[in-house]
Amino acid sequence: MSGGIRRPDAGGTLLALSNVYKAFPARKSFFSAEVVSVRAVDGVSIDVPRGKTLGLVGESGCGKTTLGRIAIRLLAPDAGTIRFEGLDITHLSGEALRLTRRRMQIIFQDPYSSLNPRMRVRDIVGEGWHVHGIARGKELRERAERLLVRVGLTAEAGGKYAHEFSGGQRQRIGIARAIALSPKLVVADEPVSALDVSVQAQILNLLKDLQEEYGMAYLFVSHDLRVIRHMSDQVAVMYLGKIMEHGPSAELFREPLHPYTRSLLSAVPMLGNAPQERIVLSGEIPSPTAPPPGCRFHTRCFMAQPVCAEVCPLLREAAPGRFASCHFVG
Amino acid sequence: MSGPLLAIRDLRVDFATEKGTVRALFGVSLSIDPGETVGLVGESGCGKSVTALSILRLLPSPPAIVRGGEILLRGENLLDLPEKRMCEVRGKAVSMIFQEPMTSLNPVLTVGEQVAEVFTAHRECGRREAAARAVSWLGKVRMPDPERRAREYPHQMSGGMRQRAMIATALALEPSLLIADEPTTALDVTIQAQIMALLQEMRERERMAVLLITHDLGVVHDFADRTAIMYLGRIVEIAPTKGLFSDPIHPYTQGLLASLPGKGTGTARLSSIPGAVPDLSSVPPGCPFADRCPYRQAALDRFRGGADSRDSLGICDREDPPLFEYAPGHFAACHYQRAMRGGGAS
Repeated sequence: MSGGIRRPDAGGTLLALSNVYKAFPARKSFFSAEVVSVRAVDGVSIDVPRGKTLGLVGESGCGKTTLGRIAIRLLAPDAGTIRFEGLDITHLSGEALRLTRRRMQIIFQDPYSSLNPRMRVRDIVGEGWHVHGIARGKELRERAERLLVRVGLTAEAGGKYAHEFSGGQRQRIGIARAIALSPKLVVADEPVSALDVSVQAQILNLLKDLQEEYGMAYLFVSHDLRVIRHMSDQVAVMYLGKIMEHGPSAELFREPLHPYTRSLLSAVPMLGNAPQERIVLSGEIPSPTAPPPGCRFHTRCFMAQPVCAEVCPLLREAAPGRFASCHFVG
Repeated sequence: MSGPLLAIRDLRVDFATEKGTVRALFGVSLSIDPGETVGLVGESGCGKSVTALSILRLLPSPPAIVRGGEILLRGENLLDLPEKRMCEVRGKAVSMIFQEPMTSLNPVLTVGEQVAEVFTAHRECGRREAAARAVSWLGKVRMPDPERRAREYPHQMSGGMRQRAMIATALALEPSLLIADEPTTALDVTIQAQIMALLQEMRERERMAVLLITHDLGVVHDFADRTAIMYLGRIVEIAPTKGLFSDPIHPYTQGLLASLPGKGTGTARLSSIPGAVPDLSSVPPGCPFADRCPYRQAALDRFRGGADSRDSLGICDREDPPLFEYAPGHFAACHYQRAMRGGGAS
């Protein structure tokens, strides 16, 4: 399935993952000594265009978080290549990796556990400047305060500690830290999932404004289809380590191709403008330690045929710019 | 029987904390008819779970103190019942399912034993029959292979199956009211759809009423007959679900609906509610939403800027607005809308 996605606009591609694999060892059960392999990411190719947002959506255990970590080399893939700004960074290490990492940052889901409780907010925000020798002392402090104001906090916030802030404010601090080094790519891993609805909207607006201002690309990871739809230019749908469907957001949400995407969209209340017939999938998500043979989705698919249990479908272009891995699409 | 199944009237609950008394419910009134589904929606800390736990008298006391009001189940005030009678109400007349099935199931009992316990605890039948009934209930909630699953422990099951087991426990004695507190929040989207479809089927088959507590407006839109919006310990709007979504009256409800992402793809900004939910220990007098309310803030700006000679909405800072009826069954608590739209008596 390598090269499944055509790259018509290579100059516009910031990050390209090609045929990436990652497995983790896991004990079969809590009391068992037997070690099995969890294939978290199983041959995935995606591109993140410069200055745009690729939404990565899927249910728990589908590998979306692992893929996000691989994208910025927090994890090394078992196989496959990662190209960032045209440069192969798959095996980069030491100083070269450190310099590349300046241009890729991450925002975490949980604003409570991802901020150091012993550091003042301005030092959290300015740590990257300190590490890379960009600013220290008074200058660091002033720059941090300007950045805090930009993300909707006050300059005084710099002197406080993370626990003095609400969840939404902490996420603003996490965003300030992520953009401090003017990265080209930000992986946002479920950045609003821990927040209340009215605060979610504030943070999503801030992320969009900052993207416009700084021209960053986002790899936006979420289980929430409504948030993905709002944020993304392109969307990739993952299931058990594989991409099921990939395409421009507006078209994917208007007319989903893959049966898994169709059932996902129909399961979310109020997404469609007109009420649609609900597809309720039977069965559970299979364990990633023992994914089904053939098409990963065939055990729950309402369109499944005998071939689906035997042959794993390739991600194919079903319509211009739109890709699906299903024997019966396109 | 006519009249509501459950009627909560002017319920006031405080919590005694180290920093003093915190008011959690400021006089909540809500009724549920037999067979009706009422959605209770709000952000964290608004009091929706406190309301639910009050009905079953499951709030730990201390710190919780019920300051006033009544909770009438078929006319009988649950707040006056002796604990022994209350035990009969729980599980039998009113039962509850929780957000996280892992922490609400007993890890050292098999799932079958936990469902069977409902029958033996209420002295419905002997142990052997209870075990058989438990398997039958697991089948009714579409647990795959119920006889085998009944012998398994909660940790051997997925989140969706645990939630099915908890629903079986809650429905086993055919209660007339089920309280569902964020029943699908911890589940994946496709499993959420399965569980909501199951609840819908059970609700129709058992003709039970449901109090559905959620932060997800999408879930109540598809599922509830009526919806109540809570903010800082009060119901600020309650209406037939259709009317609430087509004509939201309270600015908080308007803000919540407008801030929902996913209505389209594009660069449009979401409208958002400024600020954050204030801390319950420092709720200002007057309308609890005034600090974040676009109508109140616009009036204040006009007054301060000299465009208005008097502060037309000064009342918002002084008086907590009561609920008014704007359309049949559609109530909202807002001084501004009261002035703009008029409306009947509370």
